[in-house]
Amino acid sequence: MTTLDSSKEIQKNNSEVKETHEDFRMFGLITFLIADGMTFAGFFAAYLTYKAVNPLPDGAIYELELPIPTLNTILLLVSSATFHKAGKALLKDKNSDSQKWLFFTAFLGIIFLICQLFEYFHLPFGLTDNLFASTFYALTGFHGLHVTLGTLMILIIAWQSRINGGRLTSQNMFPLEAVELYWHFVDGIWVILFIILYLL
Amino acid sequence: MTISIDPQKTNNESLQPKGWLRYFSFSLDHKVIGIQYLVCGFLFYLIGGTLASAIRIELASPMSDFMPRDVYNQVLTLHGTIMIFLWIVPVVNGAFGNYLIPFYVGARDMAFPRLNAVAFWLIPPSGLMLVASYFVEGAAQAGWTAYPPLSITTPQSGQIIWILSVLLLGGSSIFGGINFIATIIKLRRPGLKLMQLPMYCWAMLGTSLLVVLSTPVLAGTLILLSFDIIANTGFFNPVLGGNVVVYQHLFWFYSHPAVYIMVLPAFGLVSEILPVHARKPLFGYTTMVFSIMGIVVLGLVVWAHHMFTSGTPPWMRLFFTIATAFIAVPTGIKFFNWVATLWGGKISINSAMLFSCGFIINFVFGGITGVALAQVPFDIHVHDTYFVVAHFHYIVYGGTVFIIFSSIYHWFPKVTGKMLSEKLGILHFIITFIGFNLCFAPQHWLGLNGMPRRVAEYDPQFQFVNQISSIGALLMAISTIPFLINVFLSVRNGKEAGDNPWNALTPEWLTSSPPPVENWEGEAPLVEEPYGYGKEFLNTNKNI
Amino acid sequence: MNLNVFLLIEGCRIKKIEYLEDINTKFLRNQLLNKKIYLILIISLVFAISFWIGFNVNLLPAQASINAPIYDELFKILFIIGLIIFIGMTIAVIYSLFKFRKRNDQIGDGIALEGNLSLEIVWTIIPSIIVLLIGLYSYNIYDRMGGMKELNHNHEMMSSNSEKIWAGISQTSDNEIAINNLSIEVSAMQFAFLFNYPKGNFISGELHVPVDQKVSMKMESKDVIHAFWVPEFRIKQDIIPGQPTILNFTPTKVGKYPIICAELCGPYHGGMRASIIVEEESDYNEWFNKNKKPEVNL
Ligand code: HEA
Ligand code: HEA
Ligand code: CUA
Ligand SMILES: [Cu+2]
Repeated sequence: MTTLDSSKEIQKNNSEVKETHEDFRMFGLITFLIADGMTFAGFFAAYLTYKAVNPLPDGAIYELELPIPTLNTILLLVSSATFHKAGKALLKDKNSDSQKWLFFTAFLGIIFLICQLFEYFHLPFGLTDNLFASTFYALTGFHGLHVTLGTLMILIIAWQSRINGGRLTSQNMFPLEAVELYWHFVDGIWVILFIILYLL
Repeated sequence: MTISIDPQKTNNESLQPKGWLRYFSFSLDHKVIGIQYLVCGFLFYLIGGTLASAIRIELASPMSDFMPRDVYNQVLTLHGTIMIFLWIVPVVNGAFGNYLIPFYVGARDMAFPRLNAVAFWLIPPSGLMLVASYFVEGAAQAGWTAYPPLSITTPQSGQIIWILSVLLLGGSSIFGGINFIATIIKLRRPGLKLMQLPMYCWAMLGTSLLVVLSTPVLAGTLILLSFDIIANTGFFNPVLGGNVVVYQHLFWFYSHPAVYIMVLPAFGLVSEILPVHARKPLFGYTTMVFSIMGIVVLGLVVWAHHMFTSGTPPWMRLFFTIATAFIAVPTGIKFFNWVATLWGGKISINSAMLFSCGFIINFVFGGITGVALAQVPFDIHVHDTYFVVAHFHYIVYGGTVFIIFSSIYHWFPKVTGKMLSEKLGILHFIITFIGFNLCFAPQHWLGLNGMPRRVAEYDPQFQFVNQISSIGALLMAISTIPFLINVFLSVRNGKEAGDNPWNALTPEWLTSSPPPVENWEGEAPLVEEPYGYGKEFLNTNKNI
Repeated sequence: MNLNVFLLIEGCRIKKIEYLEDINTKFLRNQLLNKKIYLILIISLVFAISFWIGFNVNLLPAQASINAPIYDELFKILFIIGLIIFIGMTIAVIYSLFKFRKRNDQIGDGIALEGNLSLEIVWTIIPSIIVLLIGLYSYNIYDRMGGMKELNHNHEMMSSNSEKIWAGISQTSDNEIAINNLSIEVSAMQFAFLFNYPKGNFISGELHVPVDQKVSMKMESKDVIHAFWVPEFRIKQDIIPGQPTILNFTPTKVGKYPIICAELCGPYHGGMRASIIVEEESDYNEWFNKNKKPEVNL
């Protein structure tokens, strides 16, 4: 990109410039997601190590029920698909369809968060009860933070894809693509998390 | 993928604050950001150096008499943290990376100028916060490694501020890393191949990979640590069933690569400086590239050599011994190639060259003690002693800081258009070199003979050697004076440098000094042989 | 700059490749082969100096345990190899600075030597071999020190037998530890070491051990991480809260040595020291019997 000072004139020209660079903004995002993934990797590594060397003390409770997380997995997987639909629709210039799909995706994200909170409130253990409880909350909480951010971003781009005056068009797909990639990433992390925390 | 920005150019130039003012504004120009990094880093270096001086004054006598013991711990923690996170890392990566990489890839700016500016502006506040924590309620005092449970039980506000500022600095460094990767890979001028890039680009690519892969792990670890402090969880708190060794694994998973984050860019810079002043091509370009990547890969799998006494199982110690020692191979390749670059050249012995050669000598020494430390049975005796302190100062100071000075002497004419005085430069080198060796060489003996690190009081038998070391530190402090005078004088009324005072071939020299806002008046030149010295034709035609 | 284009433009008659190959071989022959004698001379001088220093300069404290001579053997080897590499590199740098410095009457560049595959191979392989040999050797040393013994997880030395023991240096097998008379429980806290002699049922602030006998210690910390270090023994092991570690050693020299805490553990870390007193067996027994308390059954 060019040398830019925070001036309005230049920002006006900016959208033009940005288009030429679409590809490497995506590249930057991917690099960022790799970095973000490493944070999770660190958490997972810690959890697995704890599991291998620090068995639960006597009387500690760390019981996980499967139904809610399974539902959550399905929710997120479906939401990835609906997001994909939104992108397809936008590409065909069907902005309102796209907007609907986006709202639906955000809705699934919110349901996910509600389920997650519901699970938190009904778990038999709290944050500081034992090592596993803490790690469980840290991991799911950090992931939940990602989902919250993602949902907010989806809502923003859904608003931007409104028909009149929306910034998001088939010519300017980048915001949608970026959030979509992010969402798939968060989804993928959940699957790993689900396997490691609940199934192992 | 350079875009022609001609229509905007006039706009831009008029918008750019002129003169010194622009270095204090939120600029998006990579050159301005680069200088901002450098100056900011240097100020923190003076703070960190002042703290180091305080350490050396305290250690001039065996009793704890200069400052209270807990203050000593705060001072050494701040010294380590400032020197690493606010001086070395921002300067070798941020400052020189931002200034040089766009030139080297033939671009007009970094890939994400805004992100770039954000990355820089995270640094001053977090640095000031860290320094300020000392005056509020006592700074962190668990060492720069912040091992729990000590870091959980010491005064907590200081530790939390420490965590917060290291997190911000880590974020800054991740943003920078993303930017460098994107710039080097995606923003190359059309026609410029990867294997034609100057070596510093490769070094920064490797470094940025390490940043992106390892810094987030530190962030995660510190978040867990802060939970332990604030929310009373027990990740690393043995009282609550936690495991303190897990912290060490996670911490070193970042902090070992971090040492290569501190030194790989310096390897890149020295590869730029030596060929210019030796008037010879960089020897063995291809192997140099592969050795960087070799260091990156190996660097990620050797972290537990910091934990040989932490109760790790024997097989793990053995694996990490071998893996660590093997880093000497790619690193050695680089050193032999540098010597071969000097060999047969027409070497101008100037400040930049002297600091670079000083770097080679010091680093080889520090590297060799490193390989010794990598051997488990050897490390068991000297772990956490002054031997280790000597090892890493030989590398971070004798290596990286020497290269930072060398680079300043080398690129100062480009940045300011003025030459630095060689006389003062050489004086600076001589005092630094002597002071440095006087300060840190005796510390090897201290470590071997029973002086642990991070102590404010020690066995009186070590007093004499410690005093020698303190005198060395004094010389190092003095050595900054000729440097500062030099910079000051030459900015005021230095000799005009001209565009290319060293007759160098890398792209940043093919524009005016200081460079214009968009780096080149016209199109960016295509430099296919950044190191084509000594090929007959160059002597006949120097002004390309 | 595209070299080929440039050669054309400049009307240069030498073809790029021939030109480069020519200087390459000529230069190497001049610099290395023709001066073979000097090279050999210098290398043997570097070796001689390094060996001399390695064998004559002692940088280590007194040897007072079985480990110490083994350690010093490794140190000597590493010291010599390190010196050879360091002196060699330093000479190479200083020599090139001197020999190839730009004289006042000189103009132009050095020779365009861009690389040499066989040289690269040489200086990849030689360090690899050195490093590998050092690694194998230090494995051998470590094994002789007793570091490679896998410690049993269900260790029965002390009361609880489900406890996890973390590796330290041990020269005995687990069973031996269990029956060893000289098993001592070390506990560390801010800022002191306490030595519990379970066989005598007493706690001491000073560690007394008889000379030439295997001592095995199980160490655990009460608060933060500490480390047990006796420089004269060349042993060190972290003392970790929540994770007992084991350290075994055999003192060989009567005397009093410092025990130093080597892990930052708070403000008084520097003052956290104790003494280990190695004495003749009779002296030790006397001390032991003096302190011994009768078994109390709770
Ligand atoms: C820029 C920083 C930097 C760099 C590059 C290095 C490089 C190396 N370091 Fe160092 N190290 C630190 C900074 C650095 N280190 C710091 C800060 C600490 C302390 C942290 C703390 O606890 O606070 C530390 C601690 C440290 C330890 C832990 C010591 C302890 O706490 O007990 C070890 C152990 O293995 C080690 C090893 C090495 C090795 C093998 C290299 C290798 O990369 C060196 C390779 C280079 C060479 C070997 C020289 C050139 C090669 C040749 C000329 C070829 C021929 C050579 C041979 C065949 C041997 N380092
Ligand atoms: C990364 C870079 C780096 C650099 C450049 C330095 C530079 C120096 N270091 Fe540092 N050091 C570390 C990183 C670094 N250090 C780390 C990571 C630790 C470990 C911390 C820990 O254990 O947690 C450490 C620990 C450490 C110790 C061990 C403390 C202990 O364990 O008890 C000592 C002791 O001598 C020391 C000394 C010095 C000295 C004398 C310098 C000198 O080279 C400094 C020279 C510079 C100056 C002297 C500045 C000149 C300016 C002035 C004197 C003031 C003028 C002021 C104004 C004009 C405002 N350092
Ligand atoms: Cu106990 Cu340091
Ligand atoms: Cu390391």
